Amino acid sequence: MSKLYSGAEIVFKCLEDQNVSHIFGYPGGAVLPIYDELKNFNSIKHILVRHEQGAGHAAEGYARSTGKPGVLLVTSGPGATNAVTALTDAYMDSVPLVCITGQVPTHLIGTDAFQECDTTGITRPCTKHNWLVKDINDLAEIMHKAFEVATTGRPGPVLVDIPKDIQFQKSKYKNYKKNKKLNGKSHNNYSQKNIDELINLISKAKKPIFYTGGGVINSGTKASELLRELVYATGFPITSTLQGLGCFPADDNQFLGMLGMHGTYEANNAMYSCDLMINVGARFDDRITGKIDEFSPKSKKVHIDIDPSSINKNVKVDLAIVGDIKSVLTTTLRTFKKSKKNFSKSNKSQISDWWEQIQKWRSKRSLDYIGSEETIKPQYAIERLYELTKDKDAYITTEVGQHQMWAAQHYKFNKPNRWMTSGGLGTMGYGLPAAVGVQIAHPKKLVIDIAGEASVLMTMQEMSTAVQYNLPIKIFILNNEYMGMVRQWQELLHDKNYSESYTAALPDFVKMAEAYGCVGIRAKTPEELDDKIIEMLNTDRPVIFDCLVDKQENCFPMIPSGKPHNQMLLGPKDQKEKKITGKGRTLV
Amino acid sequence: MANSKSAYSFAGKKQKSDTHIIVVWVDNEAGVLARVVGLFSGRGYNIESLAVAEVDQKQNISRITIVTTGTPQVVDQIKLQLKKLVPVHKVADFKREDKNVIFKEMALFKFVANNGKLNKAFEACKNFNPVILDKTNKSNVIQITALRREIDSMSKNLKKFGLVSVSRTGAVAMTRGSEIFK
Repeated sequence: MSKLYSGAEIVFKCLEDQNVSHIFGYPGGAVLPIYDELKNFNSIKHILVRHEQGAGHAAEGYARSTGKPGVLLVTSGPGATNAVTALTDAYMDSVPLVCITGQVPTHLIGTDAFQECDTTGITRPCTKHNWLVKDINDLAEIMHKAFEVATTGRPGPVLVDIPKDIQFQKSKYKNYKKNKKLNGKSHNNYSQKNIDELINLISKAKKPIFYTGGGVINSGTKASELLRELVYATGFPITSTLQGLGCFPADDNQFLGMLGMHGTYEANNAMYSCDLMINVGARFDDRITGKIDEFSPKSKKVHIDIDPSSINKNVKVDLAIVGDIKSVLTTTLRTFKKSKKNFSKSNKSQISDWWEQIQKWRSKRSLDYIGSEETIKPQYAIERLYELTKDKDAYITTEVGQHQMWAAQHYKFNKPNRWMTSGGLGTMGYGLPAAVGVQIAHPKKLVIDIAGEASVLMTMQEMSTAVQYNLPIKIFILNNEYMGMVRQWQELLHDKNYSESYTAALPDFVKMAEAYGCVGIRAKTPEELDDKIIEMLNTDRPVIFDCLVDKQENCFPMIPSGKPHNQMLLGPKDQKEKKITGKGRTLV
Repeated sequence: MANSKSAYSFAGKKQKSDTHIIVVWVDNEAGVLARVVGLFSGRGYNIESLAVAEVDQKQNISRITIVTTGTPQVVDQIKLQLKKLVPVHKVADFKREDKNVIFKEMALFKFVANNGKLNKAFEACKNFNPVILDKTNKSNVIQITALRREIDSMSKNLKKFGLVSVSRTGAVAMTRGSEIFK
């Protein structure tokens, strides 16, 4: 007879077989048997967070910076409900997470037992799939299936709910063999004909543009390399969504910057005026399209995506290619090189007018801002941070708000998996715990959370985690004392009625850093900024950097909601001429 | 808040809505119906009627038949989203007008009336395969199978014969001929 293992042991055996090296979690009554086994499995390191939401975001940061699934372990009831925000965030941004929750013993389910909640019911809409384990003999299979579902197709979060009695019960465990054949859900479903059609469109286009997104990053680093190859081979301009930043070098001339609500003038105008749009792993999100009826009215649209339900969801496309980006780009490049040698040279004249037009838009310099010698402009702070860290292969996380958009605009990413931000759900408080997860995965690398003072207070407790595990994360706070993006909307759309967007009684972040046992640094003037940033970078401990910035600065350029791409607000001067009225006033 | 519609809600040029019958084969496991129904409510799709039961005991497969209305784009989304659910095996979609598909609903009618009216009630049902399931000297229960709109009008018209209670199922569907949906 083969050996019998307890449910708790089986959980760890599965994690071992899935090559999990780190789990983020927080103990509680219903997961104690699992925590009891932790000591017997040395290859798995547990990171104790301070709140289950932090465990989730840390696992997300871990997953997004490595491409491996993030694992979190939390207790029943409040442990599970606290993780819901992170699960939803991961669902929206397609991040592979495996969440293991404890549950009250099977016989108490449904009795409103202490710390009971309907975990699978609550998390059903925010996971790809979830399981309540009712039989110990199913546990191993479910655990492995969970990893498979989380990581195949369009990645996403899954949850396994394990009642406490199941954790004690015993069963056999068969060593896991990775099944190469996937479960048939989504994945590659395109033909050579689709690729030929794409290449035909490419060769005819006079005003083409690549519009790339997070799907490229999710498809692995190889996908980014292939994308670069294709973009160079065609000579076409490329723009990226917030989540896609890094898959193409931001300092390359073919890169037009980010598009969308706070994207560059050239990117948005090119999207509006193009005759061929090649969407690679992006999803026509409303922050990208603006007003759907006037979204890129004259273009042929190609959509490459692994998720068939993304196609034609928001925008009708002319050519859909359902498949993994890496695989689609491999086939495309192979065919392209065979049939169109020296394309970028021979095609140069066909798209030269287009590039000329793009240069005109570029000359508007839409990311420019009015500098100051007295106060630190937030854009300036990001620019200096970039200049001083660009050779250090830094990993950047952010919270949500103005600072996030400024970071996306002014920090130039050249590699995939270096940029972790909450795009779909827009979760304030994401960046600090995400930085914890990134630093766990990359202990020797520089990890910076570009934060706002309002966001960072939502998950500030995770500084304690950073200190416990000696994670030298840098929390770079652009402190303007306002919920900046809310304030900006109120200024532009609600007659400057700054309803509840000012934070009175902010903590002293330097003292706070000291209280947590890390280092606090404050910068007040542009003059001292560089020295202070260097001081931060030279500190081999967690740092909270309180950067006091201009309180009134707004994030431009901006497409007011409900407007098409060619009607942007460019900056303080431009904004007086185009006042937002009527329909545009209705967002956020 | 009359003017406070989201900028994104007045975007779409409205397409025409059609009624579709969506048939979903799923693993018969705990919570699977909640997954399917939750997908509809969470994404704002309609459910006009719903029928679900296990059809293959060996393989534990249930068949869910959902009647829904939506624009072609919405119906496409419904199908694609359903296919993403892990316990879903396959999804079929038929237009209500489709001649190659049989749609049926079942209804139970209870009449309380004198014998003359009860007979007339049975007579009125005769086009819809009526079966008398229960009979006393002042009441009966009749089962009919028919289309949705037929049952709608029947339950209206039969009031005069002493119809006191109606119980009905959602639609079930099957293709005509020898072919089956794979």
